[in-house]
Amino acid sequence: MTATTTDAVMDLDEALERFDPVFGLEVHVELNTATKMFCGCATGFGADPNTQVCPVCLGLPGALPVVNATAVESAIRIGLALNCEIASWCRFARKNYFYPDMPKNFQTSQYDEPIDFEGYLDVEVDGDDGPETFRVAIERAHMEEDTGKSLHVGGATGRIQGADHSLVDYNRAGIPLIEIVTKPITGAGGRAPEVAKAYVSALRDLMKALGVSDVRMEQGSMRCDANLSLRPRATGSQEQADVPLGTRTETKNVNSLRSVERAIRYEIGRQAAVLAAGGSIVQETRHWHEDTGVTTSGRPKSDADDYRYFPEPDLVPVAPSAELVERLRGTLPEPPAQRRHRLQSEWGYSDLEMRDVYNAGAVELIEESVAAGATPAAARKWWMGEIARRASAELRPLADFGVTAQHVAELDGLVTSGRLNDSMARQVMEGLLAGEGTPTEIADARGLQLVEDDDALETAVDEVIAANPDIADKVRGGKVQAAGALIGQVMKAMNGQADAGKVRRLILDKLGA
Amino acid sequence: MPSTRLRGMSALNRDEVAHLAMLARIDLSQDELQTLSGQLEQIARSVAKVGEVAADDVPPMSHPLPLTNVTRVDEVRPSLPVEDALAGAPAAQQRRFLVPRILDEE
Ligand SMILES: [Zn+2]
Repeated sequence: MTATTTDAVMDLDEALERFDPVFGLEVHVELNTATKMFCGCATGFGADPNTQVCPVCLGLPGALPVVNATAVESAIRIGLALNCEIASWCRFARKNYFYPDMPKNFQTSQYDEPIDFEGYLDVEVDGDDGPETFRVAIERAHMEEDTGKSLHVGGATGRIQGADHSLVDYNRAGIPLIEIVTKPITGAGGRAPEVAKAYVSALRDLMKALGVSDVRMEQGSMRCDANLSLRPRATGSQEQADVPLGTRTETKNVNSLRSVERAIRYEIGRQAAVLAAGGSIVQETRHWHEDTGVTTSGRPKSDADDYRYFPEPDLVPVAPSAELVERLRGTLPEPPAQRRHRLQSEWGYSDLEMRDVYNAGAVELIEESVAAGATPAAARKWWMGEIARRASAELRPLADFGVTAQHVAELDGLVTSGRLNDSMARQVMEGLLAGEGTPTEIADARGLQLVEDDDALETAVDEVIAANPDIADKVRGGKVQAAGALIGQVMKAMNGQADAGKVRRLILDKLGA
Repeated sequence: MPSTRLRGMSALNRDEVAHLAMLARIDLSQDELQTLSGQLEQIARSVAKVGEVAADDVPPMSHPLPLTNVTRVDEVRPSLPVEDALAGAPAAQQRRFLVPRILDEE
């Protein structure tokens, strides 16, 4: 499906010079509970259609929902991690609408009594002098259930427009969702797209650290809608905060980190072009198209969208006790950003190195490698080398290539113990990537072993020095870097099976340098 | 206002019950329609009585029993066999529920 558009888009810099962007994000996180929110159906991804459904999640008459205790605990832990207040009493509500993705004709959600409210999440963006913190205020996080999945048949390439009929699979209907809603985010200015991406990224890290969701955006277990409006830049003595907010659009289907940034950027340019031409923004739902990088108009939306919310009579209120909340507070992980800073200082990485490691998704792997005995420098070298190159070229996670943290630690051990030199270790890594076994097995199979025979090494060094009197004189005279040529020749004479560091020490000793 | 609606419903006739049954996809025989019209009308009348006492100073109540935190353990229970799940559907295809066109043609 390719969406094109004739919408004018203003250059981003110009748009930001004239307008102040205000945005908000609604993120849906699918919990990784074993069962659905209100019934015991399994939640596994990719099951055959309608094999994980029951009278409750099909909305059959007489079926009664019962709340999943683990989902409530996850919702509370998410709220606590987002620095929210936790409601001491709250209810579910029916959100009524006519669309066949819910067999009940309503979605069980929470309306004006969310379980988590009034929190914040600090996110990091690159500033002029290293990372800077931006605080995103959280309005609420509430519990609800996911909807079914539809296939649209008879139209062009699976689109709902022009379809003849639709086929619905309700396996996903009823899987617990937490919807996390920010307050309008102001003050980000030109960094709005970057802050939006950093927020979703921080949220994903947090969910992962909490262990409450797989947060796989490509599988839809984390999904994002982005609201955006523009208001004129403040002039004269006016404060920007005093300028009233503009009309906003809500962009749906923004389902990758990169898209969050791109969609906000696109919508700023589009709205700026409309406003600059004297037009006005229509309050509407827009759809993001990942392939073409544009948003297109969906249906008009009004605040008065009538979902006829009312308290769900089939579910009793949820009233978390203070003891439960405190017990769950005790289970919170170290906040991801804080953890990253701790690890960075433990590992002695520069800001840039840490950022690359983080962006490559290597933090956990390096942590495990170090725990398994690798030095932080070696762990970074191996994960960020050939493996990272392949992962980024093939858009696959680092852990996908058959190399484990144990492998990396073992490989580093073979180097530090003096069995392998650097080029041999690289050959072992090739073997690891080719699935040839453990590092020791690969080194054995490939006959990789530094020569331990010191006599042979000394003979080789003596011969190379004797054959290169000019270079040897230079080294004797203090030009230590000239020793490189001698080291190379010794390594060649030893067929690469020598420890280059040891060779260097021997040469310098013999030449008294 | 709910109370007004409830009062309005007290004239629940046989055609309306037939209409509701159609919306709920419940097949009712002529006899059942006859019986249920009478019963439903009686129920609607009883419920409408609430409207007589629901003053502004009475907060709306969503749950009659003072229960909270009724939960279940997160353990998988068997789902329906797919044939059973689809058995009540008017139409199915590729083990999915077949529903009519969602958007009107423009
Ligand atoms: Zn179910």
